[in-house]
Amino acid sequence: MAAKDIKLMKGNEVIAHAAIRYGCDGYFGYPITPQSEVMETLMELRPWETTGMVVLQAESELSSINMVYGGATTGKRVMTSSSSPGVSLMCEGLSYLAACELPCLVVNCQRGGPGLGTIQPSQGDYFQACKGGGHGDYHLIVLAPASVQEMYDFVGLGFDLAFKYRIPSMILADGAIGQMMEKVVLSEQRPRFSDEEIAERYGSWATCGKGKRKERNIATSLFMDSAEMEEVNLRLQAKYRAIESAEARWEEIECEDADYVIVAYGSSARICSATVEMAREEGIKLGLLRPITLYPFPTEAIKSLAQRGVKGFLSAELNAGQMVEDVRLAVNGLAPVEHYGRMGGILFNPDEVLDVLKSKLIK
Amino acid sequence: MAEDIIKAENKVYDKPRLITDTTMHYCPGCSHGTVHKLIAEVIDEMGLESNTIAVSPVGCSVFAYKYIDVDWVEAAHGRACAVATAVKRLHPQNLVFTYQGDGDLAAIGTGETIHAAARGENIVTIFINNAIYGMTGGQMSPTTLLGMKSATTPCGRDSALNGFPYKIADMLAHLDGATYLTRQSVHTPAAVRKCKKAIRKAFENSLAGNGYSLVEVVAACSSGWKLSPVEANRWMEENLVPAYPLGDIKSSTLPK
Repeated sequence: MAAKDIKLMKGNEVIAHAAIRYGCDGYFGYPITPQSEVMETLMELRPWETTGMVVLQAESELSSINMVYGGATTGKRVMTSSSSPGVSLMCEGLSYLAACELPCLVVNCQRGGPGLGTIQPSQGDYFQACKGGGHGDYHLIVLAPASVQEMYDFVGLGFDLAFKYRIPSMILADGAIGQMMEKVVLSEQRPRFSDEEIAERYGSWATCGKGKRKERNIATSLFMDSAEMEEVNLRLQAKYRAIESAEARWEEIECEDADYVIVAYGSSARICSATVEMAREEGIKLGLLRPITLYPFPTEAIKSLAQRGVKGFLSAELNAGQMVEDVRLAVNGLAPVEHYGRMGGILFNPDEVLDVLKSKLIK
Repeated sequence: MAEDIIKAENKVYDKPRLITDTTMHYCPGCSHGTVHKLIAEVIDEMGLESNTIAVSPVGCSVFAYKYIDVDWVEAAHGRACAVATAVKRLHPQNLVFTYQGDGDLAAIGTGETIHAAARGENIVTIFINNAIYGMTGGQMSPTTLLGMKSATTPCGRDSALNGFPYKIADMLAHLDGATYLTRQSVHTPAAVRKCKKAIRKAFENSLAGNGYSLVEVVAACSSGWKLSPVEANRWMEENLVPAYPLGDIKSSTLPK
């Protein structure tokens, strides 16, 4: 067995390496802090000379997401990355991508908002990522990495799920995960699909030129007939239900005997894993449920903890209270659900979370 | 009587092979149908049917994908040149063109158009300039003439209130990446023939990897202008063509 390819890298850098290694065909980006290293790393690695991957700096996030749209219509594995204000600009494009059922990958390295905000980490875009952002009834698959290794792995997972369901995937990271350096195990180089392979695999929908096809393909989200438009919506919703029942991913830490459970994702979950250790030392039976997919949300996992008799849940997020709404829906009144958050790019400390847990839930 | 002359040997014109049988939604007197026909003919004559990826806009030609039998991508309003950029970069051997009106290209899509041209993307834009938003009901567009009435300039376009019209094709001429820029029309048989040659030249230019090409077609919108088809053609010749003079604006090669 070959020696493992292990490197010490920034979260943003591994996105670039993962894109190449997972056989990405095209990256289209626009610089924005705190994720600019993604495109910078790609430009240094020059993958167009090795795998043939296209890398292009666009003139705006409006343009980069529409380049992603264009590439995705042709069956190519394409992606972009940005941070909160840039992702706001991309929301129109995301709606079109979802409407046309196109696979792609978007990385949001969140920063504090609203507005131009701050360049420090935040989780203020949960609603935008999970509840829409753009117009119309649509969802993205949303993956929440809590480590540099997961940043790497979720590029592959994101593309795989995107193509499995023909849906845009989003990696919802934040400035902390993007900027931190950790050990990462790199995977083997996955070859890009040839144009012939793409025509064979995705020929039923990809607008890659008619080639040998008799019927042409059209990528459009325009349906002037209301009945037809509703049919499209019903098809989308059926797909979302299938994704919700099959693709929810989460991690449970010390939840088996827990009286209380923190629900936290991404960098918040890392902090809260230390809260669990501190609580256990004090004799408080605390567990952590870390959603890995934010959409689909691990509703059933949280529900079963509530049914098992957990006395209270704390949704710890770097925002004013967004995911807490989904936790409440999952718990559905079986136990109290509280929220604790910091904003503006400030991270909470493990002991701070424990104090809140005690004051709000353990009275 | 008529039946006597309907014979194969008397046929002087046929619907282009790549124009579909879908009934067109365009109004009588509209230039879109004529330009669609030319594009379909050129694609067929160049043998590019299986090799073309077209990008349609938002506006009257939002349904362009229904009428020409090649693969089509429907872009969001104004984003066609960004969409086409990626399609072409990922499919460098294919013919990739956008089809856009003046609202789509010169208002909401100005940024995407200028930057695609500046980068010298090997794509073609067919730009239908009828100086009005047709699909949404005849509002002022960036190319609406001063004094011209529209739904949002009911007393005529006033520069103090609405700003000045501009020639985006002439602006693009300053960009190194834009190598073939021409302004045509389809209001007479001679103009139609010239326009077809220009479309072919643009397609050849892009397939040769010589950067960005744009064929502007000064076009009539009888419904938007509230004129009969004949009056619209005359009004166009007397007013629009002097403001947007016909002919090649630039024909060059990419700088080394």
